[in-house]
Formats: sequence, C-alpha cells, structure tokens
Amino acid sequence: MTTNQIAFLALALLALIGGGGVVFSQRPVRAAMCLVLNFLVLAALYFMLGAQMLGISQIMVYAGAIMVLFLFIVMMLRMDREEPHKVWWTSAPVIGTVFGALVLFIFALGIRPVAEMKPGAVDPKFGTPQAIGMEMMTTYAWPFEVASMLLLVGIVASIILAKRRI
Amino acid sequence: MEQVSAWLEGASNNEFTVAGMPGSTFMALVRVILVILPILTLVPGIIWWERRLLSWMQDRIGPNRSGTITLPNGRQIRTFGLIQPLLDGVKLFLKEEIKPSAVDRLIYVISPALALFPAFALGATLPWTPHTGFWGNFSPAANIDIGILWVLAISSLGAYGIVLAGYSSNNKYSLMGGLRASAQLISYELAMGVSLACIALATGSLKMTDMVAEQEKALWGVIPQVQNWFLFTPFGLLSAVIFLIALVAETNRAPFDLPEAENELIAGYHTEYSSMKFAVFFMGEYAAMFVFSGVFAAVFMGGYHFMPFNYDELAVTFPSLSSFWYALRDLNYWLGPAGFLVKQIFMLSFFIWLRATLPRLRYDQLMNLGWKSLLPTAVANFIIVGIWIVATEMYGVLGGWVAFFGAVALLALLYFNLVSASRKSREAEQRQAISLVDGTERRSITLVDPAPASSSGKTV
Repeated sequence: MTTNQIAFLALALLALIGGGGVVFSQRPVRAAMCLVLNFLVLAALYFMLGAQMLGISQIMVYAGAIMVLFLFIVMMLRMDREEPHKVWWTSAPVIGTVFGALVLFIFALGIRPVAEMKPGAVDPKFGTPQAIGMEMMTTYAWPFEVASMLLLVGIVASIILAKRRI
Repeated sequence: MEQVSAWLEGASNNEFTVAGMPGSTFMALVRVILVILPILTLVPGIIWWERRLLSWMQDRIGPNRSGTITLPNGRQIRTFGLIQPLLDGVKLFLKEEIKPSAVDRLIYVISPALALFPAFALGATLPWTPHTGFWGNFSPAANIDIGILWVLAISSLGAYGIVLAGYSSNNKYSLMGGLRASAQLISYELAMGVSLACIALATGSLKMTDMVAEQEKALWGVIPQVQNWFLFTPFGLLSAVIFLIALVAETNRAPFDLPEAENELIAGYHTEYSSMKFAVFFMGEYAAMFVFSGVFAAVFMGGYHFMPFNYDELAVTFPSLSSFWYALRDLNYWLGPAGFLVKQIFMLSFFIWLRATLPRLRYDQLMNLGWKSLLPTAVANFIIVGIWIVATEMYGVLGGWVAFFGAVALLALLYFNLVSASRKSREAEQRQAISLVDGTERRSITLVDPAPASSSGKTV
C-alpha cells in the first residue's frame, strides 16, 4: 500500500464520519460542525488530486463563509432550543431509502478498488489558479459572466426583499 | 566544521537523509516544525512585550521584577520581568478548572483548540527566510500557487473557535460575544480579501514568494537602487492601511475587541473558560497577531529584507564601494529571518500602540467602517490597480502612473458627485416627508383637542 492510498483511505473515512455526523446529529450546531469537517476533508482530497484552487475555494467559500453564516443563523435564532422533529411515522424514511438506494447505485457504478488507484498523470499546471483563470476568461468567459450576473441579480433582489427603504 | 559545511551542502541540495527517510520528506517535517516553533517560543515574549510597552505608554511600570535572582553574595541578576508570562502560564495550569453545567460538552472542549489551530496553520505559506540557496529549504513550509488564498481561507476558519466557545458556554454574554465575533469576522474578511487581491493583481501571482520577489524590483519602476515595497506605492499603501485595519479586526484586538468587551459582556466568548482552556484562547490571540504581522511584513514590507535597497544595483551605481554593498547583500541574506522578525515585532508594537491609543468602537461604527468605508475603498483601489497595470503594459511606466492618477481623479469625482446627489435626494425626501406630516390636511386632524376645556368636569 502506498502512502497515497493510506492518506486517501484515512481522509475518506473522515469524510464519511463527517457526512454521517451531519445526518445523525440531533443538535443543529453539531451537524453544522460535522459538515465543516466534511468540507475540510473534501478540500484535502482535492489537494491530493492536484486541484489546489478547487480545494482552497472549498475551504474559503464553504467552510469559511457559508458555514459561519449557517452557525450565525442557528445561534441567533436559538434553533437548538427546539425539540428535534420525530418523523419516523411519516413516509420520509421510505422515500429517503428509495432515493438513497438509487444514488448509491449510481455511485456504485463508479467504485473502483483502492489498490488500482494511482496518481493521475496530469499536467503540473493542472488545478493552479493560473490554469483555472485562463479557462474562465477564455473558454468559459460567457458562462462565467452569466453566472456573475445571476449572482448580482440575486443580491439586488435579496436587498430589495429585505429592506423597506433603500 | 567540515561536518557542518557538508550538512549545509546537503541541506541546500535537499539530499539530507535521516534513518531511511527521503531528504525531501525530512526537510518538509523540519519546515513544518519551523512554522510552529517560533510561535510557541515567542508568544510569552510577545505577552511580556505587550504588558511592558502598554504600561510604559500608560505611565505605569508593568511586570518588571519577577525572576530577579539574588545570589548569596548579594548580587542580583535581573530579567526585567521576562519570566512573568512563564509564571502566569504555571499559575493558569494549576488553577481550578471550572466547567459550567448544562453545556454542550464536546463543543465546549474543542472550541479552544479550534481557536488555536488557524493561528498555527496560517504560517504555512509564509516566507520568513529568503527562498533561494540555503535558506530556501526552510521556508515557506509549502510554496504553493495559492499562497495568499491559503492565508485568507485559514483566517476565515478563525471564527469557529470563538463562535462555538460563545455558543457552547450556556451564557448569554458569551453568546453575544460569539455573535459579535462572527459578524465582525465575516464583515472584515471581505475588505481584507479585496485589499490583498490588489497586491495579487500587481504581482500577477498568488504565491507569497512571488510577492516578495516583486517587491525587490525597482521603486515605482524608475529607481532600480531602491526596492519597490508595496508600502511605498500609492495603491499598496492604501491596501496596507485597509489590510491593517481588517487584520486588527480579524484578531479581535483593540479597538475592535467587541467580542470580549468587558464592560458590556463580562469577558465575552471566553467568560466561562478557566485554567488552561482560557490560556489557549489567550495564546491563540497572540499567535494570530504574530503570524498576521508576518503576513503584513511579507506582503507589504518586503519580507525578509532589512532595508529597501537592491545592493547589486547600488554596487553598479557606486562601483568604488562595491565590496561594501556585496557584504551588505550577504549580510542581508544571512540575517533574513532576523529582518523578518524585526518587522513582525514592529507590527506587534504598532498593535499595542493602537490598543493604548484608540477607544473601542461601537457596534454600528464597526459595521459602518467595514462595509461602507473599507470595502468600497478597497474595490476602488482594485479597479485603479487594474487600470494601472493595463496602462503600464501598453504605454510604459510613465503612462501607467499617468493613467493611475487619472483613474484616481476620475473615481474621486464620481464619488463626490454621487455623494452630493444622494444628499440632495435625501434632503428632498425629508422635505417631502416633513410636508406630508405638517401638511394642512394632517394638521387639521392633529390639532383637534382631545379633551376640550368645556367638558373637563367629566373624566373617563
């Protein structure tokens, strides 16, 4: 077993623990922290794949900004004071199981033994900010600009919805 | 001596092997230890320095006598209170650890660790030695392409420790402190990111080592003898001021220490922490200050260079003194880490000075400063830097600076026009509102006397 495989297995186990924690935690704050753990481990996996920019964006955007806002809301609304919902008698578990099995089936098609895993032979520039920036400003310039317009519209709309007087 | 020189040779060729470990792996371990070791060893010194400097500024004496050893013959060895932080540490170790009841025990225990972690991880991309030759093996721990983004990403994780400490303490003052901290960190992260983006734009790279290398170029592109530290350029100075303010806010230092405002929130997020857990929070704050000072020194103050001079260029300009300049260059190289440390200590002293001088901001002042002043200024700076770069590439150095100041003038004009326009529209709005309230129709209603004097005999 190579060090790469050991590192991958350890990180994958941590990611699974984080993901399980999100689903099974009864308290919102603990679930949020498990999600943060999951994000960080995913970022580490991206680093292992050589995708630096993607990994650091994962930490900065998801773990650093979005989850802090999540926690802020959870704390501000004191959501942890509410009793956890007991939904075992509804149809939710059935639907969840069916769709979960479907997703698992799709993932299972892509599962390969770890022993076959080896470092990909990619260009050393792959995943660097330069490479991603170049792609974004040339090949994907139009989708990039459209996405930024979409975000701008979203921001303006939320301000208009939230504030009575601007 | 021969062994040492062989070791140096091996280290500079990355061929140093220990117990079957590949040289690169061993050196990577050394680099990681060298990131953490200075923080651990210097934090007590920083605490002592803060206490002494602060008391000097406040016309007090401060801790100056602990650790004075009296020898049998009556002579005294003074340490000027340098032992004080050590003794404080021992005291904190031995104190009773009080745990509040009904807390989320897991989160309560891990949050001090979460507060300390970013401060240590932040220094991973920090070049505190020259990155060529012998020193190049020791720093930065990881010379990755995303150097400055790493700093931003890890510093944004700093919110968790404080927020979770506030949340898990089961104390409303702690919770208020945590809420304030998270709001403050989110608000100032933006300005910090944009101000660093200006520097990344001017460098053309996100690598910290590239940023330092960029600052070794000719000042303003015209004076090759002096280094172009970003602090000396107009846009860099503005970025540095914005970054500095955001940095003080990110490390929760005065005047931005609202999360631990003692006259409002007892001690804020760490109210319920005692003994070593409190010490960890305390240490995390100083470690973050120390590492952030390093980021400032690397990005704006030329990194490990003692003086902003290019000695090779000076040797060309003053050939008669060339051996002197070369000696200075070599000295500059070998004392690189010391130069970096001097800059860090200068920045730390600046933070202490700020703490002694400025009163704490109110919450609305904090938000106004972050969102309405720093962020728009940083964005304007970003636009101007972009214009400057394009103009420099198209029309040369002089054309670049003409375009730079032109852009500044244009943006200033636009801004003041917008401000006056918005003021006029606000005045008009207020006039309209006043006329609505004081209009004749309204007045006829409001002036009806609710209790006329004639029927005063009857009370309801």
